[in-house]
Amino acid sequence: MPAATFEDLAMPLFDQLYNFARWLTQDTTEAEDLVQETYTKALRGFSSFQAGTNFRAWMYRILRNSFLSSRTGLRTTIPINTEEDEMLLPANSTTPESVLIEQADRETVQHALADLPVPFREILLLCEVEEMSYQEIAETLTVPMGTVMSRLFRARRALRDLLRNKNEEGRHGL
Amino acid sequence: MGCERWGDKLGAYADGELDRADANAVGLHLRECAVCAADVLDQVQMKRSVQMAGRRYSASTDLRNRVRELVASKPRRQTGRLWKILLIPALAVLILSVAVSLYVKRESARRHGVYSELADLHVAALASATPVDVLSTDRHTVKPWFQGKIPFSFNLPELQGSEFTLVGGRVTYLAQTPGAHLIYQVRKHEVSVFIFQDRGEETASLPSGPVHVLSFNVENWSQNGLRYFVVGDVGSEDIEGLSRLLRAAG
Repeated sequence: MPAATFEDLAMPLFDQLYNFARWLTQDTTEAEDLVQETYTKALRGFSSFQAGTNFRAWMYRILRNSFLSSRTGLRTTIPINTEEDEMLLPANSTTPESVLIEQADRETVQHALADLPVPFREILLLCEVEEMSYQEIAETLTVPMGTVMSRLFRARRALRDLLRNKNEEGRHGL
Repeated sequence: MGCERWGDKLGAYADGELDRADANAVGLHLRECAVCAADVLDQVQMKRSVQMAGRRYSASTDLRNRVRELVASKPRRQTGRLWKILLIPALAVLILSVAVSLYVKRESARRHGVYSELADLHVAALASATPVDVLSTDRHTVKPWFQGKIPFSFNLPELQGSEFTLVGGRVTYLAQTPGAHLIYQVRKHEVSVFIFQDRGEETASLPSGPVHVLSFNVENWSQNGLRYFVVGDVGSEDIEGLSRLLRAAG
């Protein structure tokens, strides 16, 4: 059976990885550097990549770790206490907010996403945009599944709060 | 509200993460409960909004070409052709000898790479406005801070009566593996202590002992499944002193 080449596996992820990098860095040049660094590191480490394990999670993990050790990554992630990821999962959210979300147009959601702390932004992107399973997210972030669930919950709550604030600001601004 | 028992399942249901039995149970409940149904609808709408908003950026053609070039210039994996090599013994001998010399060179480069990366982490942390995430001289504060952040635990030495003071710690990464980065001070010099699980390809086969790299003294050893690195610009006797304390505690 012919073995897959690095190119076969890695190039289909290019667009998604760039989108993710751009969201993390909030800067075009940094995102380009980050993607290039990710491919260089992955290529170098491909011989140690174990066939049968999750290649996509592996690539995202490399990108994310490169980001975390970059100047911007260090600056943007230090003040956030992500590890309050206590296993407090939701009671039902008490107010359905369909109206809030319906009112929030794409641009507003984009602004809110950009305003989120990196750990919340990245987990929402991995879950909703990359459509990763909890298991894949756990592999990418190297955290336990329970942490994925609680952090996802907190990220969604934070996004709702931001959208609500933006909604109210918009209303007062009128 | 009467739906608490479903609360933690609704998010996983909207994410398609429940097994069949749980998903069926939630599905049945949603037919009867307008509040939970509205909650799930809300979550699904939120997911869709984030998905649409999140697909935002496209890479430049220039970057795509650069990456493609980087990737395409590399040879394919050799596994499919291995049998051909085995058929030609003479070639095999030649390849073996080349492979051995390449391996030796690679090992040496890899070791150097690990030490350089650690030196970089040490310098980058000290240059940072916030070199540590947990700031404390008390090992009983610093050690528990790492719980849940890294996949292992370690012991820190009692420093009373020594010249060393603990400054604090942070989470760090080496070869995509999380680990602990502790900063100690000795006579106004900072010394970094890195602790990783000793199973990654990068660390497991490193020979223990002192090394001098890029004007830093480095000591490393393996103990109880963990790989310790002590890095600093102080003299080797200080590096050894701190290493001794850590060894005794570990």
